[in-house]
Amino acid sequence: MLKHENIETNVGLLIILSLLAMGVGGLVEIVPLFYINDTIEKVDGVRPYTPLELRGRDIYQREGCYLCHSQMVRPFRDEDLRYGHYSLAAESQYDHPFQWGSKRTGPDLARVGGKYSNEWHVQHLKAPRSVVPESIMPNYPWLLENDLKYSDVAARMATLKKVGVPYSLTKLEYDRNVEKFGEEQAAWLDINRAEENLLTEAKEGNFDGVPGRLTEMDALVAYLQVLGTMVDFSKYDEGYFVEFR
Amino acid sequence: MAGVAPLTNQQYNYEVIRKFAIAALVWAVLGMFTGVYIASELAFPFLNFDTPYITFGRLRPVHTTGVIFGFGGNALFATSYFVVQRTCQARLPSDRLANFTFYGWNLAIFLGVISYMAGYTQSREYAEFEWPIDILIAVVWVTYFWLYLQTLRRRSQPHIYVANWFYMAFILATALLHIFNNLAMPVSFFGLKSYSLFSGVQDAMTQWWYGHNAVGFFLTAAFLGMMYYFVPKQAGRPVYSYRLSIIHFWALIFLYMWVGTHHLHWTAIPDWTSSLAATFSILLLMPSWGGMINGIMTLSGAWDKLRSDPIMLFLITALSFYGMSTFEGPMMALKSVNSLSHYTDWTVGHVHSGALGWVAMVSFGSFYHMIPRLYNTTIFSKKLIYVHFFLATIGIILYITAMWVSGIGQGLMLRAFDDYGNLAYTFVESVAFMHWPLVTRALGGVFFLSGVIIMVFNVYMTIVTAKREATVKAAESEVARAV
Repeated sequence: MLKHENIETNVGLLIILSLLAMGVGGLVEIVPLFYINDTIEKVDGVRPYTPLELRGRDIYQREGCYLCHSQMVRPFRDEDLRYGHYSLAAESQYDHPFQWGSKRTGPDLARVGGKYSNEWHVQHLKAPRSVVPESIMPNYPWLLENDLKYSDVAARMATLKKVGVPYSLTKLEYDRNVEKFGEEQAAWLDINRAEENLLTEAKEGNFDGVPGRLTEMDALVAYLQVLGTMVDFSKYDEGYFVEFR
Repeated sequence: MAGVAPLTNQQYNYEVIRKFAIAALVWAVLGMFTGVYIASELAFPFLNFDTPYITFGRLRPVHTTGVIFGFGGNALFATSYFVVQRTCQARLPSDRLANFTFYGWNLAIFLGVISYMAGYTQSREYAEFEWPIDILIAVVWVTYFWLYLQTLRRRSQPHIYVANWFYMAFILATALLHIFNNLAMPVSFFGLKSYSLFSGVQDAMTQWWYGHNAVGFFLTAAFLGMMYYFVPKQAGRPVYSYRLSIIHFWALIFLYMWVGTHHLHWTAIPDWTSSLAATFSILLLMPSWGGMINGIMTLSGAWDKLRSDPIMLFLITALSFYGMSTFEGPMMALKSVNSLSHYTDWTVGHVHSGALGWVAMVSFGSFYHMIPRLYNTTIFSKKLIYVHFFLATIGIILYITAMWVSGIGQGLMLRAFDDYGNLAYTFVESVAFMHWPLVTRALGGVFFLSGVIIMVFNVYMTIVTAKREATVKAAESEVARAV
């Protein structure tokens, strides 16, 4: 019989048994998530970010937005009315890292895309209290002042490709994206055209309202405007997503 | 007790402990000042001053890193080196490596806070360090493990004292958590930016497995190690129940690892993980309270010390807050409660009732016991320990009460409907409601921080006096020799 005294007098045994005791919980809860197919809903429309949106997301991370804004609508009636359909796992499947957040000092942003105009976002980011007087959000005037750095955007996409995001480098990968996301989307996901795509999107979208200049504001607003808009929920019955929960 | 023992740097490596203890106090002031500042930013947003480096989003990780890893981490290094050497009656095997853990650890935290202010972050809560700093931390941590293990192996008696089990579990778990949660792919070899290996659901699961166990092992198991040494020492009584400490240890380290997903209730995580986490969170109440009872009951037969010994006040109050927050935690891990409390200030208040009430208070108590012994002297002012104790306690109470009001209030407002079934409040109305609680919270922080500043003064005077005494003694013995 193993007596506790044996453990107390043998440091090797103490370490091994501690590791065993601590290992179980993580193994049981984390590992299956990589293998159980139902973990992520099968749904159309979710695609990786365009180069401009990706740079916007980087800025979102840099400024620590996730510390006050969640991106995870829960399946409650009040949240449905306030934000929209509850978030799916599929919607953050290309998010490295996830940005679900843990605190709502400000409202949830999972479905903020398309809710406000670009002009509103620019004004709100520059001076939140000029549009929402009670807001306690900091001003972010530098987003309009800083030119967007995009020289390494292809490298960033290539890095994400290494961790599993389906950006394409080769013809074969491109064709696969055409099949999966359609021709129009596949073009945005081509790493070889990253810079060109970024400039085109910024120019056409003119998100910051300053024509001829490419600022960090362009990228951040482009990112905010796509959040939660990829899935067309009118195509699915409510019961469909419940099967996966 | 002291005085007779040969408390020189030859028997034990006290030098490195002194460094860690001082660093802990420096980070306490810096980290808590940042905390007060960002709390004030939420109450008065003009304090962001349109300056990127000091906006809330960038300073919040500076605060958490400063207090958890700066203050808490250095306090754990200091006390664990103190406890392992004294309970094993063995010296740390290498001064060079011990110094390496000191400089390496503090360099990592320093680089971390600078990089957050510059905008480099992995945006994983409590694991914001970018990859090069993560590697530095991993190297320091392996060294720490090796030093601890070797000291345990050099022990002069067969049994490993219970405090060391907890410290050892903390070292192992932190290594495990740190490595798996920080798996990331750097964009380039010469840049700081990286993207995490996992995405979405799996990433969230890994992060909160890490996040909650940073609380469970870094901020709980390790500080229980501290408790198991300093409470009996200060009380002058043995640990209340040896059997309870065994059960409590194994149950705690086993159960903690399951509960992280309670941070993800009602999200897109599969329901089964969420239910498991809620169940284990309730179970966790038992070992947590087992530990609390074991600590508090150690005082049985010596309760009068609460009247005369301010250090004991710190230690027992810490255990009481430990009991309260480990009751509140499982309750908030219930899905129904969580649906209201999650995303609100209630969580923030809960964390601080643990972090200020338990972690910081038990560290202060232990430091007031340990620091005079490190310098072979007595504390400069006992009265100032009382002042510190009351400032800290008032601060915590203001803090957590304000957060209950703000958190529960916001939770209720956001789910309220009017007579027609529409939402009763807009989001920003709940923000406006939170103004006064946020002001009160910042005030609570000011109280707590001023207590720490008084402690720093007290410790500084203790060290200065000790050095003066040492010079006088050295001079006297020189005179004696000359005569």
